Amino acid sequence: MHISSITPEFIWAILWLPLAAFAVIAPLIRPFPGKAEPASFISIAAVGVSFVLSCWLLISVWNADGHQILVNGLNWLSITNGPVFNFGLLLDPLSAIMLVVVTSVSLMVQIYSRAYMHSDASYRRYFAFISLFTASMLGLIMSANLLSTFIFWELVGLSSYLLIGFWFHRPSAVAAAKKAFLITRIGDIGFLAALLLLYSRTNTLDILTLNSSAVTAVLSGSVLTLAALGLFLGAVGKSGQFPLHIWLPDAMEGPTPVSALIHAATMVAAGVFLVGRMYPLFEAAPHALTVVGIIGAFTAVFAGTMGLVMKDIKRVLAYSTISQLGLMFLGLSVGGVWVGIFYLFNHAFFKALLFLGAGSINHATGTFDMREMGGLRKKLPWTCACFTLAALSLAGIWPLAGFFSKEGVLAAVWDKQPVLFAFAIVTTFLTAFYIFRVVFMVFAGKYRGEQHLHESSKSMLLPMLILAVPALASGWLNANGGFEGLFEGHATHGFLEGIVGLLAHPLAWISLATAGLGILLAYVMYIKVWIKPDRLKGGLHPVYAILTRKYWMDDLYENLIARSLLYRGAFQIAQWFDHVVIDGATNGVAAITKAAAKHTSRTQNGALQLYALVAVMGALIIALVVILV
Amino acid sequence: MNIGLTHYLVLSVLLFGIGLYGTLSRRHAIVVLMCIELMLNAANLMLVAFSRYVFSHGGQAIVIFSLVVAAAEASVGLAIIISFYRQRKNIDIKDIDLLKW
Repeated sequence: MHISSITPEFIWAILWLPLAAFAVIAPLIRPFPGKAEPASFISIAAVGVSFVLSCWLLISVWNADGHQILVNGLNWLSITNGPVFNFGLLLDPLSAIMLVVVTSVSLMVQIYSRAYMHSDASYRRYFAFISLFTASMLGLIMSANLLSTFIFWELVGLSSYLLIGFWFHRPSAVAAAKKAFLITRIGDIGFLAALLLLYSRTNTLDILTLNSSAVTAVLSGSVLTLAALGLFLGAVGKSGQFPLHIWLPDAMEGPTPVSALIHAATMVAAGVFLVGRMYPLFEAAPHALTVVGIIGAFTAVFAGTMGLVMKDIKRVLAYSTISQLGLMFLGLSVGGVWVGIFYLFNHAFFKALLFLGAGSINHATGTFDMREMGGLRKKLPWTCACFTLAALSLAGIWPLAGFFSKEGVLAAVWDKQPVLFAFAIVTTFLTAFYIFRVVFMVFAGKYRGEQHLHESSKSMLLPMLILAVPALASGWLNANGGFEGLFEGHATHGFLEGIVGLLAHPLAWISLATAGLGILLAYVMYIKVWIKPDRLKGGLHPVYAILTRKYWMDDLYENLIARSLLYRGAFQIAQWFDHVVIDGATNGVAAITKAAAKHTSRTQNGALQLYALVAVMGALIIALVVILV
Repeated sequence: MNIGLTHYLVLSVLLFGIGLYGTLSRRHAIVVLMCIELMLNAANLMLVAFSRYVFSHGGQAIVIFSLVVAAAEASVGLAIIISFYRQRKNIDIKDIDLLKW
């Protein structure tokens, strides 16, 4: 069957529909009392149509020449005798796949949210923000110009801020939102600096031009490296990589579906997307690309270890997200665009499913604390099935989706950077352990809480079951090399051969054995209790303390940098400058004026004839001057 | 002897000088007011004289306006002086020094 190619009007509609939903919900529906339902219907309908159009777009991109469609931009900003910025759309396999991921996960999360947020008084505000986020994310993905990418980049940051602080009556949520905003801002400075640097050297911010000029080495080596590192700093902030990772675990204060959509599947992956988008530039700057890989590999292990000890189910998932994003960067660094993006693609589905599962568990137990769970397998069978499937996928068990993407990263890193391979394999072990620690603590054993347990409603289970399909099978898309082929144009091979053939490679067995070992250890510790977690905790007390205190990173930032260095140091100097120099200057001028006025006002003695005399003298002087000069 | 422009101008300057001297030196407020009128009329005289000698009626027209303004000014000035007298029982110009600081 031949499907005709998508037209620009429909491509624009992908972006405008969620934005229109936001524009309708925020001012028209939200302020008026009445039924809240229409808000969710509008929002879901908009993203649903966007999803269908995105699928059409993906097929069109697949069929297009060079797998690329360009939509000419709106002339957005033009300065006389100066730069012209077009807001155009660049659609290649990278953005088309991201579009499908974002719209599909957003659609599922929004359907799920209808039930999850049902009793919330701010139901309509929630859907307005979710629509705004979806629109900004789509804009970020499709944008053909780094300047508009940056604008949307900030817009997703704003939506993230609004949704983390959605329950603004909770001080912890407000603090988390502020933290997320400030920390990502540090990364964004790098992004902006890179934009300025690139623009000053090339006079353009068009992505295709930049990528081609990077290849033709118009930019000199160090400038290119600096620009790439600046872009990567933005990605580090957005994707929660070390050392700017500290905002992501706190961001779990937002509603759980928000965590699923924004802080697991899509927005945090924007950093990976950005590096993938500018990949030719990074390739031309190999040092920067190495930094990407090292930071990614380190973060993967670093965050994974913290995930081992968290009590809060969402925190475990948050650290897992940071860790997996690290692997994505590692994959980008050593394997090229498709490795990283394939990981992102699979991760989006199973991690969103894990979060939705956590939300479903929270609905039943009223808590996120795993110590008050246990034995939920019997009462929440569907949630248990979906969660376990996603956990297996995350752990990278054959033949689930996670296995294939992890194999891509492991194979690439084995070839290029054997040192970092150790990090990747340790991460595999940690991932399998902590996620099955969650599974066993939550679903196995006896219930330790006091709630009356019940399975979630169908409208929450349905999106989970739908997401379970890609969590199971999205990895198979590359079984015949199709996914890779979209990016690199390799020859494809057979479907079954792709799924089973990987097992012929010893690497697959190494990774499977590592993951199996992690699961086994979790089983031994949390089901059989041959090794008591509490005794281990006592025996390894210093390590445990380091991990629960999150390597003192929060303390470092808050106490040392924020309180001591900034508040007591730099800000005190600024305050002194403000008080003494700036206030002193204004107050000094005022005091001098006042004192001068006090003396000169004495001459105004009210003697009329003296005034008249002075006026006459003045007139005479003027006359003299006129006559003489 | 022909009376020419010069005579009028000299007369005008003399009148203006007398008025200026009176304005600056006399202490009686009404006298000061009258001296101011004198200066004003010196100027009027000059305007009329010039008007005559350059064959233009503009100067005379200005004088008509000036007279009207002078009349108004004199009435306002006298009203202020009367008001002041009612307050102070005195119209010494040295005492009219309220416009200070």
